[in-house]
Amino acid sequence: MNYVQTFDSTIEPKLENLGGKGASLVTMTTAGMPVPPGFVVTTAAFDAFLAESGIADEISRELGNLNSENVTEVDEVSARIRERLTSAEVPESIRTSTREAYDGLIAQCGGEAPVAVRSSATAEDLPDASFAGQQDTYLWINGYAEVTDHIRQCWASLYTSRAIIYRLKNSIPDEGLSMAVVVQKMVNARTAGVAITMNPSNGDRSKIAIDASWGVGETVVSGLVTPDNILMDKITLQVVTEHIGDKHIELVPADGRLAEKEVSADRAEVRCLSDDEVTAVASLAKGAEKHYKCPQDIEWAFDRDLPDGENLLLLQSRPETVHSSAEKKAEGTAEKKPTTAGFDLGSITASLMKSNG
Amino acid sequence: MPMKSFPRPSDLAVPAGAEGWEKIYPYYLVFQDELRDFEDEKFWFCDSQHWPTAFKPFETIGGEFAVKCLGQYNARHLMIPNANGIDFRVHLGYLYMSPIPVPEEQIEARLPEFQARIGHYFANWDTMLDQWRTKVRGTIDELESLRFDPLPEMVPMDDIVSGKAMDGSEVLMENYDRLIQLCYQNWQYHFEFLNLGYIAYLDFFNYCKEIFPDIPDQSIATMVQGVDMELFKPDDELKELATLAVELGLQSKFETTDDAAQVLDAIASADGGSRWLTRWEEAQDPWFNFTTGNGFYAHDVYWREELSIPLGFIADYIRRLDDGQQIMRPTETLIAEKDRIVSEYQDLLDSEAREVFDAKRQLAATAYPYVENHNFYIEHWTMGVFWRKVRELSRTLVHHGVFEDEGDLLYLNRNEVRDVIFDLVTSWGVGAPQGPIAPAHWPPILKERKAIVSALKTARPQPALNTPPESITEPFTRMLWGITTEQVQSWLSADDEDNGGLKGMAASPGVVEGTARVVMDASQIHEVEQDEILVAPITAPSWGPIFGKLKATVTDIGGMMSHAAIVCREYALPAVTGTGNASTKIRTGQRLRVDGTRGTVEILDAEETIPEVAGPGAHSHAHAPVGG
Repeated sequence: MNYVQTFDSTIEPKLENLGGKGASLVTMTTAGMPVPPGFVVTTAAFDAFLAESGIADEISRELGNLNSENVTEVDEVSARIRERLTSAEVPESIRTSTREAYDGLIAQCGGEAPVAVRSSATAEDLPDASFAGQQDTYLWINGYAEVTDHIRQCWASLYTSRAIIYRLKNSIPDEGLSMAVVVQKMVNARTAGVAITMNPSNGDRSKIAIDASWGVGETVVSGLVTPDNILMDKITLQVVTEHIGDKHIELVPADGRLAEKEVSADRAEVRCLSDDEVTAVASLAKGAEKHYKCPQDIEWAFDRDLPDGENLLLLQSRPETVHSSAEKKAEGTAEKKPTTAGFDLGSITASLMKSNG
Repeated sequence: MPMKSFPRPSDLAVPAGAEGWEKIYPYYLVFQDELRDFEDEKFWFCDSQHWPTAFKPFETIGGEFAVKCLGQYNARHLMIPNANGIDFRVHLGYLYMSPIPVPEEQIEARLPEFQARIGHYFANWDTMLDQWRTKVRGTIDELESLRFDPLPEMVPMDDIVSGKAMDGSEVLMENYDRLIQLCYQNWQYHFEFLNLGYIAYLDFFNYCKEIFPDIPDQSIATMVQGVDMELFKPDDELKELATLAVELGLQSKFETTDDAAQVLDAIASADGGSRWLTRWEEAQDPWFNFTTGNGFYAHDVYWREELSIPLGFIADYIRRLDDGQQIMRPTETLIAEKDRIVSEYQDLLDSEAREVFDAKRQLAATAYPYVENHNFYIEHWTMGVFWRKVRELSRTLVHHGVFEDEGDLLYLNRNEVRDVIFDLVTSWGVGAPQGPIAPAHWPPILKERKAIVSALKTARPQPALNTPPESITEPFTRMLWGITTEQVQSWLSADDEDNGGLKGMAASPGVVEGTARVVMDASQIHEVEQDEILVAPITAPSWGPIFGKLKATVTDIGGMMSHAAIVCREYALPAVTGTGNASTKIRTGQRLRVDGTRGTVEILDAEETIPEVAGPGAHSHAHAPVGG
């Protein structure tokens, strides 16, 4: 079993090994999409660490008779487990694999470069199954020591009080629970955001909705700013409507880490993407949808350091679940519309009369 | 914002020198004092899309036949449930229209009739359209056969022997009546399929808007438009002739093309020249029955009568070919793009919706190309022959001393012309030595009418008259003319936001900045220079050859389906149509930013040069607040 899988490896990406995010990044890299390079510390690494360090047994003992209502007790248990997960020795073979993968990534980046460390749970991103505390993301991490430290923090996040309580209350067993961790070159984002390959307000699948703001995309995802909102036509890639947001802060590197910075008024009120960039983001989203054959919700960023034409990067693509599942439910109950092989006089008439109303 | 109104017809100032203009048109075409209350109640919009210049009296025939025949299909043939025809008047020389609704209580009863009638057409589309071509061709052939020869000095002996018992003047009268009759006939045919084309399109359009609420209008149009349309043929022929000229090395013969005979002689004596001339002859029938105007005016010039026009276009294409440009329309690319757009929309639908979508698109794609193609048969071909025959008649009348000038006939309406012909045949028949009465009667009237028409031409028409309804519902008005509630409101508020911005239809996507070239009519199109933005009241199909030079197009009137919109989409140029007054607001040389995606035009140096245009139509819409 591999403890590490690089994004560009030819091994089949499996959800149970790589978690949702990791599997998706490997798939997209293989499909030729512009994903920043990186690797996944697989669930096998986590499982081996738990088993070899004896933590697995401790956890099952600790959780054995835990009462989800007793918050103090859960907090104590959670703290003990997380302390063990962040301090117990990681087996040599896992450390070697991780070190090699990290050194490989740094070499690929052409020297020391900050990375993002993200948890990639096996249950994450599945419809109705995203549970609390499993989506930790650590941005702008520098150096191997910090990286390994944050990999452990991702692992530990499986056992936050919230996560423990959530599983207990929902009768989700701990057996088979695992966690992969994604380590990826950090994008030095000038502009970033999300894109959904439909109009989320009415379900029109011929549209692409883009939210964009200055700096790293966390400000958009977390709602710290009102992003620029651009509705594109998916087929012609032209702008249908746009609203310029008030992007008053941006997340940018300062002194070796990310920091929130005020955005000057003149930049806050202009669109943070050029026309060409808007088209590029929409094309990228459209490509992701085409690849996965269903509406996608992507995260993207324009890297400051890369030349134009190569600077748009895809950070994540997952199925759009909110509107798509609502649509499916509605479909099931909707009356069957009469279909016709030829023209439909009734609808022509209705159509003509509609202009009256 | 208080509700505003356009001026009433009677409020409009008559341009200086045009006093008494009403009497140069037939009584039934002008607003009547006795009907003022009724006529002021109605909202009228100006169709300067089709009639951009003031009518000479004879020319109202085009407006009369076209609008009457358009209406008859709604009101009498197809029994469109919610729309009768369009009422029309000429005011200060321009044509104003007012759609007539079907009374609410009659709509229901018209539904089954409507469905049976359109059902029959759609079910038999191809055979009926073939039949249409035969009918229209028949009319044109008969028009061609009409002769307006001078009257014979004496009845030929043969006619004595055969006991014909006619003096030949009856031919002139019959042929004149027939000329008018045949013109009327093809205008009836013109609309036989047109409204159906729009109905099928509207149905598909509405369905697209229902399933893809924000679908761009031009995407819908692209999905049903033909690529190899007959309307594009004349221009395609010129491009092929240019290509052949380059192949045969004949470029040098096209350096100046003002004297067509000279150019053709030079080609005839050149190597390979006869091959080119054979191809040139082939192209003329029927494709040179094509006008630089729109077919509605006597001054429209037809290629086959003015060969220097097609030769000039060919010369321009030759220059572009020598510059290494691609001049043929990239039809394969256009077809591939259309296929891509259709299939991408199809892919977004589940199988049920897709079936409906496909059926509606198919119907629209079958019916819609007529909307473009009919133009060649009627406006270009039929009207080209019609105006040529009018000129033949006119020459004969001049020959017999009825008029001094060939253009004089145009200052009489068609019923007056009939009187003049009878005047002529009478004097001829009786052998009156002084000839017809006309030269004694008409000269002062002609002089006055010519002055009136010149004066009317100095003013631009108002976009509309009276108070607009709360919403414009008539489907054809909205589609064909782009007269929507929003459009009318934007005309009305144009004065409020006079900040160098204009709003119109987003007719062809893209954003460019460039220099404006205002072109009021076809005679100015040679002024257009490379990379300019064309600003015009409307464009006509014969303007095709200049589109290759343009960066964008802005028009006063026209919707998504206007000529400018269609051609610009084809050339991938931004277009904003239906701005109401761009051609009077913008001046040649101004810097513009045209956003064909949003439908806006910004005059970038507006504050420096505010165009001054004389006449009542030039300034504003006087707007009395309405409703207290």
